[in-house]
Amino acid sequence: MPDFSLAVFAKRECPTCVLVEPVLRELAARGNGFKVYSQDDPVFPGRVNGVVDDRELEQSFHHHIEIVPTLIRFEGGREVARTEGWDAREWRRISGIAELGKGLPDFRPGCGSKSVEPGLAEYLQVKFGATGFKSRQVEYGEFDDPIEVCYERGWSDGLPVTPPTDVRVLRMLSGTTRKPGEIVGRIPPNLAECTVEKVAINAVMAGCKPEYMPVVLAAVEAALVPEFTLHGLLATTYFSGPVIMVNGPIAKRIGMNCGINALGQGNRANATIGRALQLIVRNVGGGRPGEADRATLGNPGKYTFCFAEDESDPGWEPLSVSRGYARGVSTVTLFQGEGVQGFVDQKSRTPDALARSLAMGLNAIGHPKVAQTQRAILVLSPEHYAIFREGGWDRARITREIMAATVRPGKDLVAGAQGVGEGIPAARANENVPKFYEDGLMIVRAGGPAGLFSAILPGWLAGRNRLELQPVTKEIKP
Amino acid sequence: MTSMHSMRDPTAETSPLKRPRRTPPATLEGGTVALFDIGKTRTPEFLDQIELRLKERNIRTKRFGKPTNSKVATPEILQQVAEEADVVLIALSD
Repeated sequence: MPDFSLAVFAKRECPTCVLVEPVLRELAARGNGFKVYSQDDPVFPGRVNGVVDDRELEQSFHHHIEIVPTLIRFEGGREVARTEGWDAREWRRISGIAELGKGLPDFRPGCGSKSVEPGLAEYLQVKFGATGFKSRQVEYGEFDDPIEVCYERGWSDGLPVTPPTDVRVLRMLSGTTRKPGEIVGRIPPNLAECTVEKVAINAVMAGCKPEYMPVVLAAVEAALVPEFTLHGLLATTYFSGPVIMVNGPIAKRIGMNCGINALGQGNRANATIGRALQLIVRNVGGGRPGEADRATLGNPGKYTFCFAEDESDPGWEPLSVSRGYARGVSTVTLFQGEGVQGFVDQKSRTPDALARSLAMGLNAIGHPKVAQTQRAILVLSPEHYAIFREGGWDRARITREIMAATVRPGKDLVAGAQGVGEGIPAARANENVPKFYEDGLMIVRAGGPAGLFSAILPGWLAGRNRLELQPVTKEIKP
Repeated sequence: MTSMHSMRDPTAETSPLKRPRRTPPATLEGGTVALFDIGKTRTPEFLDQIELRLKERNIRTKRFGKPTNSKVATPEILQQVAEEADVVLIALSD
């Protein structure tokens, strides 16, 4: 007779466990170190020696029980066989008892183990397992308010953050296939190493759901591309901060808003993905207002600025496609943008008229007399876009015509002209001056169905160094 | 005894967990020192002496206090101290 023992995991609320109660009694009567781990009732099964109270689910967790009843055979202390639910042939084979459960049906499926009930897995992992987290633990007392603890430590952007408990961080990490210890990059200004785990902690604090993690990770990676110039963007006295635009199927999958109030409040994914990036800069990089962040005024988008492009019109080339990615590929595009400059035109009804009109709005960014110092994003609303679409204009044509319409005589723009000190150098008085360099205008579609309004998101003044400072697009990977 | 809870540090962990004290000001000249009475019985005598010494050095002082030592200072009092003084001296004397 080999040295073996049997164990069964069961719960009273499972009808199959109740069905096999006589079997468990028979196995207990045979001894052999038989144990029943009872998940919900320490006196179930009745009249059985060796019932172990596993209401804390420690043994169920350690044995990775997913279904009850589960029968496990151990030899020499090691598991050699297991079966789930009631399968008479399997139970007889594993137990070595030919007539075990005679009179019972041949097969009954089991029930879900209590240890895999929704929401419980991470608690058990924290309680009985090892999280493997490398970030240090910060303790606080039972009567401390954890949100206040975060404030006191300087971890907040000014709004309450969700305290990053182990359970929440574990759940957040379930949203990515990447390993917690993987290094995403070095975050300015302190050039501190940022792991996937640190991204997850800050995503928890920002209020993200686990399924947003791939977008947050892609946004961090995009922000760290040298051409994005994150350090300078943080440190600038100008208004700008990172603006995140999401393209592709993930936007719909995670419920992002590209419609009514797309640039405003109220959508969790829009609000928290942008906030997560800013919290990472603050907490991991150490970039705080008044320290490395020297903004004269800043802008409310520095709390968070993230939205999705409306890709509902198959005739429209999405921003990501215009930047070299295939349709159907999810991407983030990061732009160094300031707040929203509203643009109103309720009277232009032809593409030409609207392009000229939009050019007037775009010429106003930064300063109306200054040119080729900033990029801009034009967020084209559905009603404005319809005018172009009906005229047969696509992305390339709209961009080209608006850019051309921004060209103005240099003599009107030179410093001192029109009685205004600000302006372009006097040497350019005889040039025709466009507002942007050739790659200076990006168009995205978003917004609610009603309103002949579009939005202009002016870029950072450092846009004059256009090769050193560029928007960055990255594919979102799981 | 209260049990402890924990969360994970979201920072790069370049500073110690225990937050350092704020650096004291290099000088008291030109500032106002708040003398804060915590409400214990003989605190005023002690603060009177401190105030005399500070005045000898031409340093402005201002008196604040809690009505009783058994309760924490109210936000109003703390805000008033923050608004009207640069440094606060909290004295205990029994």
